[in-house]
Amino acid sequence: MSTMAPDRKLDRRGFLGAAGLAGAATALSGRALAASDKREPDPLILETQDSSRYLGEGVDKRPYGKPSPYESHVVRRDVSWLTASAESSVNFTPLHELEGIITPSGLCFERHHAGIADIKPADHRLMIHGLVEKPLVFTMSDIKRMPRSSRVYFLECAANSGMEWRGAQLNGCQFTHGMVHNVMYTGVTLKTLLDEAGLKPSAKWLMLEGADASGMNRSLPLDKALKDVMLAFAMNGEALRPEQGYPLRAVIPGWEGNLWVKWLRRIEVGDRPWQTREETSKYTDLLADGRSRRFTYVMDAKSVVTNPSPQAPLRQKGRNVLSGIAWSGRGSVTRVDVSFDGGRNWHTARIDGPVLDKSLTRFYVDFDWNGQELMIQSRAIDSTGYVQPAKAELRKVRGVNSIYHNNGIQTWLVRPNGDTENVEIG
Amino acid sequence: MSKSASAAASIVFALVAVLMAASAGSAQQPAAKPVGANAPLGLGRVALPDEIKAWDTDVRFDGAGLPKGKGTVKQGDQLYQERCAACHGEFGEGAGRWPVLAGGHGTLKADRPDKTIGSFWPYLSTVFDYMGRAMPYGNARSLTPDEIYALTAYLLQMNDIVKDENFELSDKNFMSIRMPNAGGFLEDDRESSEKEFWNRKPCMTNCKPPQKVIGRAISIDVTPDSKSGPKVD
Repeated sequence: MSTMAPDRKLDRRGFLGAAGLAGAATALSGRALAASDKREPDPLILETQDSSRYLGEGVDKRPYGKPSPYESHVVRRDVSWLTASAESSVNFTPLHELEGIITPSGLCFERHHAGIADIKPADHRLMIHGLVEKPLVFTMSDIKRMPRSSRVYFLECAANSGMEWRGAQLNGCQFTHGMVHNVMYTGVTLKTLLDEAGLKPSAKWLMLEGADASGMNRSLPLDKALKDVMLAFAMNGEALRPEQGYPLRAVIPGWEGNLWVKWLRRIEVGDRPWQTREETSKYTDLLADGRSRRFTYVMDAKSVVTNPSPQAPLRQKGRNVLSGIAWSGRGSVTRVDVSFDGGRNWHTARIDGPVLDKSLTRFYVDFDWNGQELMIQSRAIDSTGYVQPAKAELRKVRGVNSIYHNNGIQTWLVRPNGDTENVEIG
Repeated sequence: MSKSASAAASIVFALVAVLMAASAGSAQQPAAKPVGANAPLGLGRVALPDEIKAWDTDVRFDGAGLPKGKGTVKQGDQLYQERCAACHGEFGEGAGRWPVLAGGHGTLKADRPDKTIGSFWPYLSTVFDYMGRAMPYGNARSLTPDEIYALTAYLLQMNDIVKDENFELSDKNFMSIRMPNAGGFLEDDRESSEKEFWNRKPCMTNCKPPQKVIGRAISIDVTPDSKSGPKVD
């Protein structure tokens, strides 16, 4: 990188080049090759391994497959001091262990307000009533007979990064940014059901309610409901996981996760918002002047470098992969820039894989590291021209008591030994 | 005729019979036909009035949905100590990390705001609606309308919004209560108040002076030890 000082340790490239090995790749891995020349042959290669000799488990042993036992550290984690009880709490997606854009169902962060509701699909009912021509009750079997479609969307909790408003607090992108996941949902459009019930002309708002013991309820503007809201019964190709709202959840593309009511049992059609607890005392954004913004539904463009990050430090000099995710509730990600020096100089990252509307988008920067300190940042730009702001810029307009909607630029400090930590810079 | 030739002949006869039957069917009504996107669904059934009544218990900010009922501060105090104080504290101060229900007046601009029912919640209806659907925690939907009126009255007194312990809250006077922070909310204005975040040309080189670390998560040391993570089976 142009901003890094040259490293003497990499000066071996001249020697290795003379030895007849090919250009760039040689230079980058120069040290490793030089060291291995003196090593004994690798017994893992010389000796026949058990896996190459003995039979493994048969097809009858794993009717529902699980990750390798060597990946057992890749789990959702919670922060026990955050909340009073585990049933009304949150855990975090291990973003630093994930690749591509789809979050595996079992690693999607959880947020419950009264634990995971246990609902038999045959016993589930969805009621639509209020300002409709014909109040209706649907069973899951009814819903599965309606035209369906599949779409990929991110779901981000409005409180994602909420602990970081006053400064660096949690040391890991799982904890600072892990209240986001990205899933392919299959279901029906809410419009299909509303059309079936017949909206009255005065209809303007809906109230969505869950069947869990918190009776989670949120008001949803009708315009959004008719535009792109789905009622999903499947995620990533299989039935919703219980913790994600089995058997039926709302999917509100680009809008804060709290609106995506799980275990959805009732939709009331009205002419005004309800002003429920979750849209007044919570999920409103307190500004420095003491006033609060409400109905801040859209998730602003945001990005984070997942590798390296505190839980995934740099361990090798030379060639490395910087990886990260970006998303926007207003559209698609059009560009991501990455800085190695705390935002002084930026490099446009390589976006890889599908770029979908209101979906996580993967970016990479392949780089050479000379072992000096780095301050890594990423900056997302979306299809509406929104540029992810620095934390200082965000604090200037939103103060530090907002809790919600912190989409400021994250900084990871990589120390010369590769250890990586969450820092605030200025 | 060989055995196999005879078998082949009978298969041909059977096929002809099937084809004839199928063409006879198509002349009347196909067994299935694709429908267009706008074809009527005819799914679901009409919700019965008693079913709607059983689930339609929400209360809106304008009082829509308030059930008939009443309860006094005094009655609420007794109920509160029995069913709420274990988590929310005897005076609404919140035990441990359970929510604080009272106090915090005038702290919304402070360094550490205290957002309680009295200092922050804009509508009393929200207290009623939430208590009815989610409280007590772990035994939701167990309070009667009279009990919710009484508890709401007690919470008003706890927050100095009513002073008299003989005060009775009911569906008749509910909408006369104005919450202190009712005027403290504005609609989402990000697209105007944060206009500067759009359509700017982001700086790419020499954007700022060399940066220094001014805060570190590890100095706060509140991140869970990675070894304490949950186990997977």
